[in-house]
Amino acid sequence: MKLFRISGGVHPHDRKGLTATLAIEDVPLPPLLHIPLQQHIGSPAAPLVHRGQLVRKGQLLAHSQGMISAPVHAPTSGRIVGIGNYPAHHPSGLSVRTITLKPDGKERWCDLETVTVDAGMLDPEEIATRVAAAGIVGLGGATFPSSVKLNLRNRYKLHMLVINGAECEPYLTCDDRLMQESAEHIIDGARIMARALGVENIVIGIENNKPRAQAAMQQAARMYDTIRIARLPARYPMGSEKHLVQTLTGRETPARGLTADIGIVVHNVATALAVHTAIRHGTPLISRVVTVSGNAVRRPGNLRVPIGTTVAYLLDYCGGFTEVPARLISGGPMMGQPLPDTRVPIVKGSNGILALTASEVHSGPAMPCIRCASCVTACPCGLVPLEMANHARAGDLDGAVRFGLMDCISCGSCAYVCPAHIPLVQYFNYAKGELTARQRTEHKQKETRRLAELRNERLERQKQAKRAALSQRKQTGEQSAATAEAAEA
Amino acid sequence: MTSGILVSGPYAHSNSSTARTMGLVMLALLPTTGYGVYLFGWPALFLLIVTLLSTAGAEALCLRLAGKPVRPFLMDGSAVLSGWLLALTLPPWAPWWIGVSGGVIAIVIGKQVFGGIGQNLFNPAMVARVVLLISFPLEMTTFLAPHPLLAIGSPGFLDSLGITFGAGLQADAISSATVLGGVKTALISGLELPAINASVPDWHTMAIGTLSGSLGETSSLLIVAGGVFLLATRVISWHIPVAMTGTLMLLSAGFHLLDPLHYPGAMHHLLAGATLLGAFFIATDLVTSPVTSLGQLLFGAGCGALVYVIRTWAGYPEGMAFAIMLMNALTPLIDHYLKPRVYGRDRKGNPIIKAAIQD
Repeated sequence: MKLFRISGGVHPHDRKGLTATLAIEDVPLPPLLHIPLQQHIGSPAAPLVHRGQLVRKGQLLAHSQGMISAPVHAPTSGRIVGIGNYPAHHPSGLSVRTITLKPDGKERWCDLETVTVDAGMLDPEEIATRVAAAGIVGLGGATFPSSVKLNLRNRYKLHMLVINGAECEPYLTCDDRLMQESAEHIIDGARIMARALGVENIVIGIENNKPRAQAAMQQAARMYDTIRIARLPARYPMGSEKHLVQTLTGRETPARGLTADIGIVVHNVATALAVHTAIRHGTPLISRVVTVSGNAVRRPGNLRVPIGTTVAYLLDYCGGFTEVPARLISGGPMMGQPLPDTRVPIVKGSNGILALTASEVHSGPAMPCIRCASCVTACPCGLVPLEMANHARAGDLDGAVRFGLMDCISCGSCAYVCPAHIPLVQYFNYAKGELTARQRTEHKQKETRRLAELRNERLERQKQAKRAALSQRKQTGEQSAATAEAAEA
Repeated sequence: MTSGILVSGPYAHSNSSTARTMGLVMLALLPTTGYGVYLFGWPALFLLIVTLLSTAGAEALCLRLAGKPVRPFLMDGSAVLSGWLLALTLPPWAPWWIGVSGGVIAIVIGKQVFGGIGQNLFNPAMVARVVLLISFPLEMTTFLAPHPLLAIGSPGFLDSLGITFGAGLQADAISSATVLGGVKTALISGLELPAINASVPDWHTMAIGTLSGSLGETSSLLIVAGGVFLLATRVISWHIPVAMTGTLMLLSAGFHLLDPLHYPGAMHHLLAGATLLGAFFIATDLVTSPVTSLGQLLFGAGCGALVYVIRTWAGYPEGMAFAIMLMNALTPLIDHYLKPRVYGRDRKGNPIIKAAIQD
């Protein structure tokens, strides 16, 4: 199919060869699972189980609360040994509410509801409801509750579902393997989602560095003429949904808007597979495929991991480190987050655990900017990163906004090419955080002022009411002013 | 687990570095420099060396005074590159003190007083060249015919030491006008182009570069080869060289068409003087040129137009240094007004209109 050019972008060394040919392996059950109540964007789930309770595999542990939220389920059968705080899968290393489950090794499933009719016969409402109940979130890493995106048909006129198999981050091969090993199921999941969205057209975008995945998906999609496979040029950040949509349609998503604004919804391939599993087998999202890679890992691989398995357990399973890694990262090297601790659990959004050596990270001391404009050329969003960083460093956040800070997707292309090794994304994240904090303070001040004004008004009204009452009493012939004053006091 | 402080990604890098960028530019300069040294002999080599040493020395001194680490900054190669570019624009047999004072001016006044690498408004090499040209017009405009290294009639090693470090050269004996200078002088004296052209080297000679001129700007072919190398390695983009030479050629061709007797044509302006060296190596200086493609086009066009204006109507036969410096001064303004269009927004910065299908 015809593709369109996106501006900017970089060609990082993909290093997918470390794991691209390794089939997905099931990791044996760990001794303990730590299942955070917040693994998604939105409100945390509320626990339904208590300490000491026996649960079955797939049983609901915590229900979603609020419009944007997702439930969590038991990855295996066993006993709940605690509901408390545990280090989060987050660079801060802060603790979050977590359910700790001790597997009993019996893998006893709860009752599951399966659906076998063709995707075209399903009721859109019901699909979205079941996807919500299965706790499915965007598995590409964004972890936005998928059912909310499936319900966009109510507010937007949609015409296309894009399945994102770009996997543009270096090292990561979990989506690649899924497409090779479960192509038919992904296609089925995609058709179910298309039904939920009320669209006919499905385009599956796969970068050209995954020819086997392209072939497998092509084969699985051959009997559906509404499904097309788009062979994307390998270029980071092709997996950014707005840029993927632009590559496929030539249309840009309006700033601050959604791809739904131009009639398109994007879901990740792993999400499509999770939807298939949830609808066809009734299985909630209780495991995911994680790429463990990097030159500091003895035995890299693509692993199917129960949610809640600790990173330490996973790394042990992979033979541990060959050397002390310079960086331990969750996600890909471009947009991934550093992990302060290996005790943290794998969550729904973890697509990779990378232990990188110093030579892979290739960090250098930051030198002054020489205005080479490499970052301007590399920016896929048309921003001027060097000026944004200059303004952010000087504390001039408005200046940084003027050069596009709020349109930055933090893809890191600029910092990747910067010859002066300036940590540009660090500056932008700082500035974005500062702006949010500033807006919050402003909002708070405005609220305080509004409440204070309301209070003054109320006091004033009361005073006037009293004065009115007083004068009325005088008129009606009350004699003693002193008595009236006493009353007022 | 993770070494050092937690800093945002990416945790991968393209392996580029400031030193690599500067190194690539120097590599691109090697052919024309080598040719210049061959063409003008030992004195050219001596001048090049003293200029490079003086910029490196001035940089080290300034860094020490500023309390910055000397080694990493000196090793990025930017100071040496400034000296190199300056030397290429000097008359090849200029005395040593031209190179030394030029080098010191380039680094101290042109670069370090602004705050060092990346902070300077003007191209350091051009600052030095303009100061030298105004202060020492005789030394800066005494050119000579080629005296190839080791050729008969060329000065030997010891004689050359005398030329660069001693009494200087006997100017009247060997001086020879540059193409631009010769044509300009002849035009001012009332001659017309057809008469002048007989004494001007043909395009072939100007492309090869066997003619009098500055140390590194005579061979158009080798300079273009270096420029193509820079384009291929993506150190520079095509916008400035194309806009600059394009504007210059368009203007000269236009005036030549209107009055062929008094306005030399496009090829004359393209091949003579510092046009190509300026377009590929000096105007494209990363620090002092705009960062956006649109800004670079405007910057290049401005340089080209100013070069033409200065060469044609001002007192100097060559205007490259002045033109580039004038446009350097406009770079912050250009960068302020000409920004790329942001994804999902129109040129004014408003979000693009949402599709009509959304009710």
